[in-house]
Formats: sequence, structure tokens, C-alpha cells
Amino acid sequence: MSGKVYPRLYPCPLFFHALFPYSRRALSVELLMLQAVSLRCSRGERRLFSDLNVKVERGSLLAVVGENGSGKTSLLRIFSGLLPPEQGSVLWDGQDIHQLKELYSGQLTYIGHLNGIKDDLTPLENVTSSMSLAGEACSNNGAKEALEAIGLKRPIHHLPSKVLSQGQKRRVALARLWLSTRPLWLLDEPFTSLDTAATTVVTQRLHAHLHRGGLAVVVTHQEVALPSETVQRLNLTE
Amino acid sequence: MSGASMWEAIGGIVRRDLLLAMRRRSDAAMSVFFLVIVVSLFPLGVGPEPAVLRTIGPGVLWVAALLACLLSLGRVFTADYLDGVLEQMVLIPQPLAVLVVAKVLGHWLISGLPVVLLSPLLGLQFGLSGESLGVLVMSLLLGTPTLSMIGAIGAALVLGVRGSGLLVALLVLPLYVPILIFGAGAVTSSMAGIGGEANLSLLGACLVLSLFLAPWATAAAVRIALE
Amino acid sequence: MSTDINWLKYSSPQAFYPLAGSLIPWFACMAVALMGVGLYIGFFIAPTDFQQGEAYRIIFVHVPAAWMSMFLYVVMAVWAGIGMGLNARLSFMMAQAIAPTGAMFTFLALLTGAMWGKPTWGAWWVWDARLTSELILLFQYAGVMLLRTSIDDVRRADRASAVFALVGVVNVPIIYFSVQWWNTLHQGASVSMAAGSKMVSTMLTAMLLMTLAFWLYSIAVILARVRCVMVERESLPLWDEKAAVIQETVGAR
Repeated sequence: MSGKVYPRLYPCPLFFHALFPYSRRALSVELLMLQAVSLRCSRGERRLFSDLNVKVERGSLLAVVGENGSGKTSLLRIFSGLLPPEQGSVLWDGQDIHQLKELYSGQLTYIGHLNGIKDDLTPLENVTSSMSLAGEACSNNGAKEALEAIGLKRPIHHLPSKVLSQGQKRRVALARLWLSTRPLWLLDEPFTSLDTAATTVVTQRLHAHLHRGGLAVVVTHQEVALPSETVQRLNLTE
Repeated sequence: MSGASMWEAIGGIVRRDLLLAMRRRSDAAMSVFFLVIVVSLFPLGVGPEPAVLRTIGPGVLWVAALLACLLSLGRVFTADYLDGVLEQMVLIPQPLAVLVVAKVLGHWLISGLPVVLLSPLLGLQFGLSGESLGVLVMSLLLGTPTLSMIGAIGAALVLGVRGSGLLVALLVLPLYVPILIFGAGAVTSSMAGIGGEANLSLLGACLVLSLFLAPWATAAAVRIALE
Repeated sequence: MSTDINWLKYSSPQAFYPLAGSLIPWFACMAVALMGVGLYIGFFIAPTDFQQGEAYRIIFVHVPAAWMSMFLYVVMAVWAGIGMGLNARLSFMMAQAIAPTGAMFTFLALLTGAMWGKPTWGAWWVWDARLTSELILLFQYAGVMLLRTSIDDVRRADRASAVFALVGVVNVPIIYFSVQWWNTLHQGASVSMAAGSKMVSTMLTAMLLMTLAFWLYSIAVILARVRCVMVERESLPLWDEKAAVIQETVGAR
């Protein structure tokens, strides 16, 4: 899995080129770079941050830190495209993500504050269904391997997710990282309610991702145990 | 990104919603029970006079179907909104409007289709004739998907809003008026011997119109709710 | 008049606030004057209708109110659409300010319609296509306002109610035609409001004057309300008319 090279951007059907001139231009670009240009964001009356500029390049991780309520999650949601910035823009390989739309969604894996798993489905069903919806269909075996990699034993795979603990649910959500072929990972507090062993495993996984040329933006309140040259810190409180 | 994977995504959403409905059968059964009970209350309130029942039958059945659809609207997006699945859905690399259609299709299969299938039985309670029963089923078959399409707009608008159950009713019921008129009108006119074709065509037109317009509005509302 | 006024600058709330403040008295005075003239012509000069007697005179309020109710809904939807398209705060504020006035006119149209219907049709309420669509229109106004008040986040409230207003604009004509269709199926054509009487020119004058008066009234009230909305949202000083103070306050934030 780790030997895999990311595919050229945007293999899209012909009519897309007619509809979105951006996709045609995109074919020639292969930088893998996420850039925030003078972002501003407020929630209600409160200004969270303004004139925020940051650049993440392939093989590197942006660790977003800061106090509670400093806008870490909002920033991640702006990066994902869920939240339009009040001002400024997010560029993926130099193009505004709100113009790339689905082409950009096809580049990222987002694991938010909410786990995005269904209580009535088993962990296995959760992983396979969310992967196939994301357009990265995986086999049952692949999903089992991913769940095992993050430390969920086989008997658990077939229980309804509602009987799992918080930490186990978080692991089900994070199991997607073992199956994702997307270059950009956006993770919101991935280590919350994980034990030390699982934290280590996820960190290793992040390392492998960066090693094969991926990018990641991670919102966290704890240190990410990765080589310092790959980690860029952004403190929103300052 | 290709057309094939778009169908995969639609199929995936519908399949997952059906699977979830299978796991929680009581949810799906509730709207059907509601329909049966509401419809059964009318003869008790109005009196067992067959002529009266035959006159009000189409209207009662249609209003009950409409209310059953309304009650189930909370299920379209709310659970997905609360557990973060909706967030993931918005980030699927397919146009959101298309995914919305898949959600609505799932909703209709779970709570609309049973209503359609059950309606001839309930029609018999009101003494509708064989031909009128056929028109009733046809009108519901064309009308209930439209109700789901329009209802999804309201359901998405009130996501995470306090008192959303009542609010969605207030928002959506005015929009349901034309469907109710055409649907009940189809059955009434077939009973009057005029034939329900004109009304059925209008219902079809409403379905097509809602298929074109409602997904965009719903997609916009979902994005607004997730901001 | 010089042409180099930068009209675009009034699209910002700070610049619009004092402008609106200075315009309101003019519109209000003209509205009162025209309403006085219109009502005088309508109630005292226009001839008595040979079919409906004096009761018909309510249409001088009813018809303009009904026109305004529909027109204002469309205007509200247009502002909502502009707001969604351009992400302009002022547009959303305008849409918010229009809704209560529109709802008021809708209610007025329903009320006067019932008052007209009792002597003319013998019933307070008839399921006529116009009355029914007007009723649904009232529900839609209520929906827009309720949706706005039940969402706390201003930005989300703006956009959600805008989507609903736009959906409603498609719905109103469909309702009108569906009820008309339904009516012809259920009953013989009822007395239509316009067909009963031929318009005498004084009647037409009165009605047009009233319409114009309602327009001016709406503009005045909406501008006043949009100022309130601005004060509420931007924390502008409430009673201070001076633009400079407002600019300062906004700049400081």
C-alpha cells in the first residue's frame, strides 16, 4: 500500500471539461499543495482569526493548535470546503477549492469532530459503506485489515457500533485512513479518546502517509510525535 | 468522478438507508400505522354513512398520506446530521444535489412506498370502486415522491433548529397544497366519471418539476445547515 | 445632477443607514397624502356600484393590498436571491425587513376580502383561487419569519430563510392555478372580483392612488425597519443620526 503513487489529478469524463474549465487546467498541474490566503473567520460576533496565511506542501503536516474556541475546527472546516471563509480563499494547487468543488472533494479524506459512523451498522459495514460512498470502494477483507490495524479485534467487527466505547468508535472512524488513497487528510482531534497504543499506530500511519508524499492538516491539542522537519505548527491563539 | 461512480454513490446511499431501516423496522412501520389510524378515525368522527364516506374518502386518504409523509421527514437528514454522516456525504466527490436525490429516494422507499401499497385497502374502507382505487394508487405513486422531494427542502432547512418538528410542518404544508389538490382531485374526478387523467398528468408534471428544482434547494439548505 | 455619485457605496450598511434615515420622512408624508386623496375619491367621489351597492368600496383597500402582498413577496425573494448570489449582507437585511410588511398586507387583503365577501357572496370565506392563494401566501410569509427567528446564527438564518423564500416564489403561481383548477371541478365559477363591475375612471384613479400610497408606505416602513435591523446586527448607536459616529463605531470594531 505504501508504494502506491498518487494518481494524476482529476481523471474526469469529457463533459466535465466543457462545464468546468478549471479541471482541464488541472490536468497539467501535479504539485499537491494546500494554501490558505488571507483567511478570515468569525463565529457570531466573535472574530476568530483574520489574515491567516499558511501553506502545506507534499510530505508535510500542519498541526493546528490553540486554546478551546480559538477556531481550530473552523479552520479545518474551511480547509475541507464545508465552511466558506468570510474572506480570503483556500487554494489547492493554486486553484480556489470552491471552484474545484467535487474535484477537490476527490482529493481529501476528512475525519471530523463527529465520527460519521452509524450506530446501527457494524464497524465493518460502517467502513465499507463510507469508503464506497467516498468513491474508494474496498473489499470486506481490506476493511477487516484496516480495523485490525487500528486495534479492533475480529469479534468486534460484527457488533452493532452502538455497543462500542467512545475510543472504539473513534478507531472505526480512523480505520478509513488505512484505506484512503487521497493525498490530503484533514483530521480533527484524531487522538481524542484513543489510548497510547492506538495513538502510536495512528501517528505511524500519518508518518507513512507523509512519506509517500501526502499532506495532512491535523487539529490537535497534543504534540504529534513525528520528525520535526515534517511538522509545521500553527498556533491560533497567538 | 465518472458517471458510473455517481450511480455507485446513489446506490450506496439508498442501500445503506434501506439497511438502516431494516435494523430499525419499528421506525418505518410507524408512518404506516399512523396512516391506518388516522384514516380509521374519520368514519368514527363523521359517521358510518357510506355516501358521505365515499365523498370524503379521497380527501381523507390524501391528507393522511400527506401527514404520514410529513411525520417521517425528520428521518431524512436528522440522524445523519447528528452523527456526522451528513458531513461526510457533503464531501463525497459527487454533486450534492444528486446525493440528495438518493437520500430522498431512500426516504420514499421506506415511508412513501408502503403508503402507496396500503392505500387500496384503506380505500375499500371508504367504499371506493375498483377504478377509483386504481387512480388512487396511481395518484399516490406520482404524488408521494413529490411530497418527499419538497419535504426534504424543509427537513434540511430546520436541521439543528429548536422545535424543528413543528417548524418543518409549517414550512412544508403550504408547499404541499398543489399536490394535495391534484392528488385528491384525480380520485374525485374518476369517481365522478370524468376520469383522473388530467390531474394525474399534472401530478406527473409536479414530480418532474420537483425533481429538477428541489434537489438544488435541498443541497443549498444542507450546506447552510453544516456551515 | 452630477453623475459621479458612487451608488455602490450605498450597498454597505454604514452608508445606507443615514441615507435611509433621511428618505423615510419623504416617503411617509407622500404615502399619507396619497392615501388621504385616494380614500376620499374612493369613498366619496366614486359612484355607487349598481350591483353591489356601497359595500364594494372596500376594494379600494383590498385590491391594492392584495397586489402589494404578492409584489412584496417577489421583491423579498429577489433580495434573498441577490443575497445568496452575491453574499451581500444588506440584501438579507432588506429581505428580513420586507417580510412583516408583506405579511401585514396579506392579512389586510384577507380581512378586507372577507368583509367584501359577506355582503357580496353571503359568506365570510369562499374557497376562491385568489383568497386561497392569498391564505397560503400568508403561511409562507409566516414560514419565512418563523424560520428566521428560530435560527440563532444570523448568517444561517439569513440564508435558510432566503432559500425558503425562493422556493415559495415558485409555489405561489402553482397554488393559484391548482386552486383555480380545483374550483372549476368542484363548483360553478363563483363571482369573480374583477368581472362584477366595470371600472369607472374615478374608481381606477382611486385604486391607482391607493396602490401608489401603499408602495410609498411600504418603502417608508421597510427602510425604517431595515435601520432597526442594522442597529440590532451591527450594534450601531440607536438614536444617533450622524453618519460619522456610525462610521467610527463600525471602524472601531
